[in-house]
Amino acid sequence: MVTEPLAQAAAAPAAAIKAEVRDLSFYYGDFKSLKGISLPIEEHKVTALIGPSGCGKSTLLRCFNRMHDLYPGNRYEGAINLFPDNVNILARDVDPIEVRMRIGMVFQKPNPFPKSIYDNVAYGLRVRGLRNKTELDDRVEKALKGAALWEEVKNRLDEVAFAMSGGQQQRLCIARALATEPELLLFDEPTSALDPIATGSIEELIQEIREQVSILIVTHNMQQAARVSDYTAYMYLGELIEFGKTDNIFVKPQRKETEDYITGRFG
Amino acid sequence: MRAAQAPVDLHAEQVRKFKLQDFLFHQVTLAFAFLVLAALVGILISLAMEALPVFRESGPAFLWTNVWNVPEDQYGALSAIYGTVVTSIIALVIAVPVSFGIALFLTETCPVWLRRPLGTAIELLAGVPSIIYGIWGLFVFAPLFAAHVQPHLQAALGDVPVIGGWFAGPPIGIGILTAGIVLSLMVIPFVASVMRDVFETVPPALKESAYGVGCTTWEVVIHVVLPYTRVGVIGGIMLGLGRALGETMAVTFVIGNANRIVGSLYAPGTSIASTLANEFGEADPGLHISALFALGLVLFIITFVVLAISRWLIRRSVAKQGR
Repeated sequence: MVTEPLAQAAAAPAAAIKAEVRDLSFYYGDFKSLKGISLPIEEHKVTALIGPSGCGKSTLLRCFNRMHDLYPGNRYEGAINLFPDNVNILARDVDPIEVRMRIGMVFQKPNPFPKSIYDNVAYGLRVRGLRNKTELDDRVEKALKGAALWEEVKNRLDEVAFAMSGGQQQRLCIARALATEPELLLFDEPTSALDPIATGSIEELIQEIREQVSILIVTHNMQQAARVSDYTAYMYLGELIEFGKTDNIFVKPQRKETEDYITGRFG
Repeated sequence: MRAAQAPVDLHAEQVRKFKLQDFLFHQVTLAFAFLVLAALVGILISLAMEALPVFRESGPAFLWTNVWNVPEDQYGALSAIYGTVVTSIIALVIAVPVSFGIALFLTETCPVWLRRPLGTAIELLAGVPSIIYGIWGLFVFAPLFAAHVQPHLQAALGDVPVIGGWFAGPPIGIGILTAGIVLSLMVIPFVASVMRDVFETVPPALKESAYGVGCTTWEVVIHVVLPYTRVGVIGGIMLGLGRALGETMAVTFVIGNANRIVGSLYAPGTSIASTLANEFGEADPGLHISALFALGLVLFIITFVVLAISRWLIRRSVAKQGR
């Protein structure tokens, strides 16, 4: 019954939906940490998840690439449907590896692999079986350009990634995620380990790559959410309190709780 | 006046007392630490002194002479060194992949309820006294191995060039190959538990980033877990090698104790430790005893070299990572 209007929404060119969270609950063992979340993710838009620590925003983000599958005792209920093929990525018969090939992730701390800059970006492509050197070179260059890193590193692609600054490492991780051309890119507080200048460049980057990929970002920095996102979802204690256009959420929130959090009276 | 000055004096006295305590503590702990060094040097010197006569008799050629003739009083270490090295290599060739598999399973894919019992079983295996392995090897494993495995190995690999010769000769059960296999069983628990411990030190965020790119568990282990834990894995393998080199009782039971070198791994041989265990009891003072001490010295040096190489490998791999 829910599927029908959504299918129409997906067909409409104005606001194509990339993914749809449907009545999603999540359990760490016996602890219910997400309670019946429903949320659309629009294509080529940035959706921000905000809320105080422990509200479940990272938990929700990590559902999108089935990261919770790595640890025992975790359980999903409900669905996250990915469009255009309308597949429930939480379904048991969907391989998490397949999901992760379509949905990339950038983590809180820059975490390049202990390899060269080139190999870091080429890694995801090689995992997918790409061996052709020319094509690899092209895709690596494209991804590094996409992450606004190419000019800084083009002469030292063979150097170990750890030799870069924190901000560069994070942009490298974004390039690594972009290289495989994901449909949806997840950011888990991507600037919380960076200084203001590096933060600025990452935010700028997020704005730019919106052209190529839909974005879901978790942040505990409300100004950041206001700056980079098109839509904002406010979560509290595992529940979705309010969702809407970022401008509306920050200017005239509908719910009292949202207003209290945004104006800094709470949280 | 006096009342005002008294606390100051007391303070100075306390400082003096603390200083003395610190000094004594420092000296005592220093002495303990040097005790280790003294024991090491002492063992080395006494081994060298006792070994001197045989080296005076045959010079450094003792190391590469393949003769061990007690009635004629002629001694060379080659057959024992050969047996020690070859059994240890066989042990590692078997133990390293198996241990890697065990550690990988325990840390990455094992269901939680099975983790504890399996881990405990491996640690218990490490605690089994070596003589038990020896008895089991001689009375249970060797006969079964001779009857059911050796003939088939011979049939399958006996005609292959180069390695075919390793499986030549009568399948009698005991011999170099059997000793290597029994050794590998004794080494596996050590290597596996070290590998498991170091695999567990990999930060989850690092593994998640690889999973996030769409890696399989195998790819995560090969490209992230192994490079990250390289140092610890080398350390674990070297620990196993050290144990294999020095293992005495189990090897003495199953190696056959023949002081000669035969190309076949089926043939009985000897190792340094097993020669010492067999012959010290009835050796007469003179060259024989001296030769046995010299063997001990050689084992000491081999172990030392293995340790040095492992340190060097670890240093090199750390430097290569550029950190």
